[in-house]
Amino acid sequence: MDLILLSRLQFAITVFFHFVFVPLTLGLSILLAIMETLYVRTGDEDYRRMTKFWGKLFLINFVLGIVTGITLEFQFGTNWSRYSAYVGDIFGSLLAIEATVAFFLESTFVAVWAFGWERVGKKVHCFAIWMVALAGNLSALWIILANGFMQHPTGYVLRNVRAELNDFLAVVTNPYAWGEYFHTLSSAWMLGGFFVLGIAAWHLARKNDSALFRKCVRLAAPFTLIMALLVGLAGHHQGMNVAEYQPAKMAAMESHWTTQTRAPMYLFVWPNQDKGENFVEALPIPGLMSFIAFNDIDAEVKGLSDFPKDDIPPVLPTFLSFRFMVAMGGLFIALAAWTWWRRRDLEASPRLLRLLPWVIPLPYLTIMAGWAVAEIGRQPWIVYELMRTSDAVSPVPASSVLVSLLGFLAVYTLLGVVDIWLLYTQSRKGPEPAKAAEEA
Amino acid sequence: METIWFFLWTLLWAVYFVLDGFDLGMGTLMPFLAADDVERRVIYNAQGPYWDGNEVWLITAGGVTFAAFPNAYAVLFSALYAPLLLLLFCLIFRAVAFEFRGKVQRLAWTRSWDVCMVLGSFLPALLLGVAFANLFMGIPIDADGVYHGCLLGLLSPYGLAGGVLFVLMFCYHGALWLELKSEGALQAKACRTAYVLWPLLLAMVLAFLALTGHYTDSFERIAQHPAVYVALVLAVVGLVGTRLVLSSCTLMAWLFSALFIVGLTFFGVFGMYPGIILSSLDPAWSITIANGASSPLTLKIMLIVTLCAVPVVILYQAWVYYTFAHKVTEHTLNGEHAY
Repeated sequence: MDLILLSRLQFAITVFFHFVFVPLTLGLSILLAIMETLYVRTGDEDYRRMTKFWGKLFLINFVLGIVTGITLEFQFGTNWSRYSAYVGDIFGSLLAIEATVAFFLESTFVAVWAFGWERVGKKVHCFAIWMVALAGNLSALWIILANGFMQHPTGYVLRNVRAELNDFLAVVTNPYAWGEYFHTLSSAWMLGGFFVLGIAAWHLARKNDSALFRKCVRLAAPFTLIMALLVGLAGHHQGMNVAEYQPAKMAAMESHWTTQTRAPMYLFVWPNQDKGENFVEALPIPGLMSFIAFNDIDAEVKGLSDFPKDDIPPVLPTFLSFRFMVAMGGLFIALAAWTWWRRRDLEASPRLLRLLPWVIPLPYLTIMAGWAVAEIGRQPWIVYELMRTSDAVSPVPASSVLVSLLGFLAVYTLLGVVDIWLLYTQSRKGPEPAKAAEEA
Repeated sequence: METIWFFLWTLLWAVYFVLDGFDLGMGTLMPFLAADDVERRVIYNAQGPYWDGNEVWLITAGGVTFAAFPNAYAVLFSALYAPLLLLLFCLIFRAVAFEFRGKVQRLAWTRSWDVCMVLGSFLPALLLGVAFANLFMGIPIDADGVYHGCLLGLLSPYGLAGGVLFVLMFCYHGALWLELKSEGALQAKACRTAYVLWPLLLAMVLAFLALTGHYTDSFERIAQHPAVYVALVLAVVGLVGTRLVLSSCTLMAWLFSALFIVGLTFFGVFGMYPGIILSSLDPAWSITIANGASSPLTLKIMLIVTLCAVPVVILYQAWVYYTFAHKVTEHTLNGEHAY
């Protein structure tokens, strides 16, 4: 099999698997920090038990996030060594900074938090979870800055047959990366919110520990709604970044072939990349595509036909992922608003109680779709308009990659199944009973 | 500047070996030391609050290789494709074992994770030793950094000697740590193990140094930079010192053992200086700090970040070691967050 295809497949599988765990870590850490702060402030035992309950789920999820992250750092070298040598001067330093300023903080304080319930004071313990939340979200920033460089390279100069850093400030203020960061962060926090709402609804429907789970809903419902709205705002902003810096990706997202002003968005489209047109185009909404791209319904949007054929990303997956993401984004706002509206008497709405647990997987799928838009839409470039993916791969035998790919598939499937099963059983168990909670 | 980074790069590896070394060593020793489930759990919890933070030093060592010496990172990781991914799988299973093992009370479940823990500790120790020995010796890379060797080629006598040395070094280090953290029968066993391992370690170090003279050009290179012998002196002080205080003060013995690991790492890695990846095919194809380093601007920014952040990291990690400096007792094991 083809070395590039295998390497891409392996990276895609490992990075998607990693990102199953990351958003919950980012979102739930913030919610945990808020819960524990409420406990420290009010002394209410429910908040303590709540923190411990969600904390247990957080830790099961956390460990897989860590180990699957190491895989990615290794893979830039093992599978994309040409890339690493070419842009390591910039990309490598962002990863190294991530490890030194964020990852150490996160790993160290998560241990203090997990083991420290009886070892450190209440306030120090609460401080520890804030550090975990801060460090996790800070770590995401450096990783997204690195990804942002691949999407829209800034602050570099071509020298010594590679991209060398010449303006660090331009790298860390990359507007594309910051737009991406806010979009990623708000979606991860929203996912954390839906996770809490879903499990809380499951327990409320069974009248387990209702007082505690009602408090969870009161806390998570407004949080989730705010985040769902922010995801949309940040997404629209990021859409404009894409239109400005990656016009080919923008056109692929909408399967838009002909350059035109007041470009419409068709509700029904199916692309035909070979012919450079769409099989079907029906039900246009005038100017919506121009609005998505430039916040102006009259703006001109460049079509895919005006790009060299070699520079066009795979249209179908980019287009479908984008559609799915946007549709889900709308659904999340509606669901979050509905839940927020019923937050004081969620139990009086059995339909919502039954629905919310089933919503848990949807933000995951949507975030995956979002990354598919970002990464497939960037093709054929590994670094946009600077290096092609086909020039980036390591000179290793394809057979080695095939073996490691099969290894990853086996190991990750096993770990994924075990992890989901553990999360499922532990979340059904519910919090420790209130009576047994006296201090040791 | 490149030399400063070579020094810091070595230091990161040394700190990683000292910190994760005791974790890997204890994991490797588990089947020999722990007689029952309680003792096994003591071994897990003796690494409990630390292993994660310790492993970040590996991530940082990898990240700094990427940032400071991108060419070396690219060649090293693609050349050692199979052993590195094997190392990765081991570390994955090892990490997951901590979190998952205690979640289900079934014998088959816990025993399976114990196997992951033991193999996930022993193999990384062995692989790291084999990898570094091969680096000291040089690996078959051509002018483009393309690797012309196979996995079995790494298992030369010298490579294997490196692997055995690392396993012994980490086991000794881990036995001392376990002695510090445990009580009663397990503590006594850990102590006896340390006594048994020390002469083996000494013999292996001497053998490895002799083999180094035979298989590598390290001593010729070090002869041009005699300051590197300071590292060897430190290693000798550490190795002798740890034996002298073995009966009187375990903490001092552990610290001497740490000194030994740091000294040996510096001596070994600086044996390659100024090379980072030596080519065994043609010395001209080696990647050195001259042709492997990042741009001066990147090195400068990374230095500023490192000098600001790493001392803070050391401070809060030291605080964690201090906070959890207690022994792992029955009470600790009954804590709800114990592994």
